[in-house]
Amino acid sequence: MSAHFINPAISAVPPSAIRRFFDIAGTMKDAISLGVGEPDFVTPFPVRNTAIDSLLDGETQYTANSGLLPLRNEIAYYLNNRFDVAYDPNSEVLVTVGASEAIDLALRVLLRPGDEVLIPEPCYISYRACALFAGGVPVDVPTRAENDFQLQAQDLEACITDKSRVLVLSYPSNPTGAVLPLERLKAIAEVAIKHDLFVVCDEIYAELCYDGFFQHSIASLPGMRERTMVVSGFSKAFAMTGFRLGYLCAPGEVVKACSRIHQYTIMCASRQSQVAAYNALKQGRETEYRDVNKMRDSYDRRRRLMVSAFNEMGLDCFEPKGAFYTFPSIRSTGLSSEQFCERLLQEHHVVCVPGNAFGPSGEGHIRCCYATATDKLLEAFDRISAFLSSL
Amino acid sequence: MNGTHKRVLDLLNEDCRIPLEKMAVMLGMEMAEVASAIDELEKEGVILCYRPVVNWDKAERNVVEAMIEVKVMPQREFGFDAIAKRINSFEEVRSLYLMSGTYDLLIQVSAPTLKELAYFVSERLSPLETVTGTSTSFVLKRYKQDGIVIDVPEEDKRLSVSP
Repeated sequence: MSAHFINPAISAVPPSAIRRFFDIAGTMKDAISLGVGEPDFVTPFPVRNTAIDSLLDGETQYTANSGLLPLRNEIAYYLNNRFDVAYDPNSEVLVTVGASEAIDLALRVLLRPGDEVLIPEPCYISYRACALFAGGVPVDVPTRAENDFQLQAQDLEACITDKSRVLVLSYPSNPTGAVLPLERLKAIAEVAIKHDLFVVCDEIYAELCYDGFFQHSIASLPGMRERTMVVSGFSKAFAMTGFRLGYLCAPGEVVKACSRIHQYTIMCASRQSQVAAYNALKQGRETEYRDVNKMRDSYDRRRRLMVSAFNEMGLDCFEPKGAFYTFPSIRSTGLSSEQFCERLLQEHHVVCVPGNAFGPSGEGHIRCCYATATDKLLEAFDRISAFLSSL
Repeated sequence: MNGTHKRVLDLLNEDCRIPLEKMAVMLGMEMAEVASAIDELEKEGVILCYRPVVNWDKAERNVVEAMIEVKVMPQREFGFDAIAKRINSFEEVRSLYLMSGTYDLLIQVSAPTLKELAYFVSERLSPLETVTGTSTSFVLKRYKQDGIVIDVPEEDKRLSVSP
């Protein structure tokens, strides 16, 4: 009845494909979910406690639009100290409601109608939708299993037209767990400079790298700072998903433009979340990131377990060096990603996310999150094995 | 204790029933390496034994438990060790700690009945000549043991599917 009130540009953006699996899984009591996209740790107690203290102290007011200055100071220190990128906390840091808001702001600020956004895929599901909401044109840049899902400069260059304006770069990657080594990153930076692209760099998983790999920020490469926005947040490394707190860092003019939207639409992120995030960073600094390291070690053990389990089952799985996902190929089964996940869920009650939900290059793969208790993982592997033998 | 020992111990402490080959995968080590690390940890007395953490209420076994604060007179040359050794030898004693504060030793005891526990305090512990005083508190309910929350099933508050 009221459908005609809806802007067709919004109706044209399809709902997230993973929603359907969530609905089916909700009806099963014994389902084991490898479909989550968040840590299985609760936020460390001292961090939760500072949010409570802040409430008890009556800190219930708005904060500055761009976020509490002590938090911005900590963010700037953290990025400089850990990732070698320097931002002025007064003019180049904006605290957002999750990294998601930062991505939305970035694309709204950078895109003019019809501008093309280069999106290496499979990737996090929001980039494409946010590009469309912002009036831009998302352009898929394929990445491939044979390259460990690392973006190749030539694949990027092949997609560039005179309308290309923004590249969204996200490593370590959700859903593949891929990382982008320095040499590859340098080649991408060259392409960005050559074609005058602005890079929105989603570094939400930057802390979660394994086997000694370090994910360099593209903003730290020569000539890139002026054309890069670093987007990150507290959800993954600090296990604070529900706090909804992220940030963006970029040259002053870009941050100013983002603040323009943010001040009218959001005003400011939740004060309690900001206080908690400030303490997460401060304690991280004082304890050499003990909690982050502990969680990373725990993910790493389960990462190895999952990769080995899938390869043993005959599902080809490259070794992801980041995030907390594996992205095994299910091509050997002859099923599509969706068929595989739907049957696995219906018949054996294990939730995985079909790879094509993250872009066409994800077809033939499934995303499995290993941020789940070891005994549940082992049980899930048994069920998946049983499913494979039943095919 | 080296780095390998520490990593193996951390994993065992989480779950000591993970098969050896899975432990090796999780730690990125050879199976033989894990096995010898465990062997060394046992030989060096770092690992004392492997036991389940039991919710005795559900095991339907009646046990009376108490914590006993004990004041003792330390002995010349032996300090508290001699008396501790003596108390250790009683089978009712589950744990024994030397404490800072207003008393000296804390004993965790368990016995099948209240009577037997009372007997332990009055006939075995108190008569020890170095014991100058005891204060017994009974355990009414256990909420957490060895890091495991009792009776509250772990609930995953996450959405089963999220992007």
